[in-house]
Amino acid sequence: MIPVCRIENLPEGESMRVEAGDATATIAVFHTDGAFYAIDDTCSHQDASLSEGWLEGCYVECPLHAALFDLRSGEPTCLPARKPVRTHAVTVVDGMLYVHPAVRTVPGEPVHAAPEEAVA
Amino acid sequence: MTTLTTVTVVGASLAGLHAARGLRSLGYDGRLVVVGEERHRPYDRPPLSKEFLTGDCDPGEGPGRLALTDPEEEAELDAEWLLGVPAEALDTAAGEIRLAGGRALRTDGVVIATGATPRTLPLPRLDGVHTLRTLDDATRLRAALRADAARVVVIGAGFIGAEVASSCAALGLDVTVVEAAPLPLVPQLGEEMARVCAGLHARGGATLLCGTGVEGWRGSGRVTGVELTDGRVLPADVVVVGVGVRPVTGWLEGSGLALDDGVRCDAGCVTALPNVVAVGDVARLAQPGTARTVRAEHWTSGMLQGAVAARNLLAGSTVEPFEALPYFWSDQYGARIQYAGRRAPGDTVRILEGDPADGGGFLAVYERGGISTAALGVDRPRPFMRLRRELARAPQPAGR
Repeated sequence: MIPVCRIENLPEGESMRVEAGDATATIAVFHTDGAFYAIDDTCSHQDASLSEGWLEGCYVECPLHAALFDLRSGEPTCLPARKPVRTHAVTVVDGMLYVHPAVRTVPGEPVHAAPEEAVA
Repeated sequence: MTTLTTVTVVGASLAGLHAARGLRSLGYDGRLVVVGEERHRPYDRPPLSKEFLTGDCDPGEGPGRLALTDPEEEAELDAEWLLGVPAEALDTAAGEIRLAGGRALRTDGVVIATGATPRTLPLPRLDGVHTLRTLDDATRLRAALRADAARVVVIGAGFIGAEVASSCAALGLDVTVVEAAPLPLVPQLGEEMARVCAGLHARGGATLLCGTGVEGWRGSGRVTGVELTDGRVLPADVVVVGVGVRPVTGWLEGSGLALDDGVRCDAGCVTALPNVVAVGDVARLAQPGTARTVRAEHWTSGMLQGAVAARNLLAGSTVEPFEALPYFWSDQYGARIQYAGRRAPGDTVRILEGDPADGGGFLAVYERGGISTAALGVDRPRPFMRLRRELARAPQPAGR
């Protein structure tokens, strides 16, 4: 798991980019609608950073082409994006925000879920 | 209105595909034919001047990652694809589209989405001189840039020229950009901001030469240099001509449709015939409340017009005008330029964030009489998007 920041450093309506560190992907973390969400930072349509996108409720709008992604599922709700981005588990422990990067699935390899953490 | 039983979309790129999608999503369940001059299924063009040229992975034969559809969606569209077949004529009286090779398609609805094709210089064709519009163009150019090319000359410093030059610089090639105007991008951005964006070339290690045209090519069979009108000769292994595009309307000569640097339509993409609509780079739309017409060559317009045109075609007349705020972006030399709005000559520029002089990105707003008319951002995606949304909601000065 990757420490992101103290929760007071990611106020409502803000986002942050974190490097997964193992070449998994860059991850965008959002604080919106009273909850934290994490998805892949790179838009599935073209090279754009979703952490720079426009937040509306549980949706983020890609800054390049206005594709909307549901932060809960990673699914695009409209064109031009057609492929989902991955979602990642987020936990808070003692006021610290952590992201658990979903394991990139490699064909033929077993998939291990990220270890579950107790949410404080 | 009459019910359409066959709709033919002529042009299998972004705008045509979105028109086809729009028709189906609005419940059209008749025959749908998509005719494409290129042999490829619809694909995304913007990356062709950028990561397609610089990327490490072999692009392979087809659109690959650039595909705009997948097999599942194609099955849902339930269209007949006629690819690699240019359309040659539209006979509106007979309700027929004639294709290369002599085939005729009976159709009662037509979506014209034939796009645009690069302008060329009135010079002989030589090996090593490229234009960039299609996937096949990009594949050829990509190979040429990797085949021991050292010196590249790009003719035209518009967005395509600048992006290609930027990609060549990223590949470590020696790049010179030749622009006929004293300063590129002035019509799009105005002088002050055009000067800032033109500065990106030098920052990215490319040489920009303004105010000179091309006299001719050097070399026999294969280009070895570019002779400029000011007498200079630039050695070149590869030349890329990016001097704009012209809409593909030749096949519509004699159709009776009004052609004027594009296909003339009303504000809802509908031509003088209610069963013929035009979308994307080829469509010249009326601007409500003015005598002006607009033909946009922007990716976003192409995408959004498809849906509007589909709705109006099915309705039998314009029930929805196309009103989206113009928007485009360009990635060059590591900077992302984003523009939205409708600036006009004489609009003043105010910098809201950053400093154009320090190269770290900025956000600017164009204004007239205290009203914001357009926004320009360089590496300011978030605040730009906020401003773009405000502009889309705000009233525009009369006649914009």
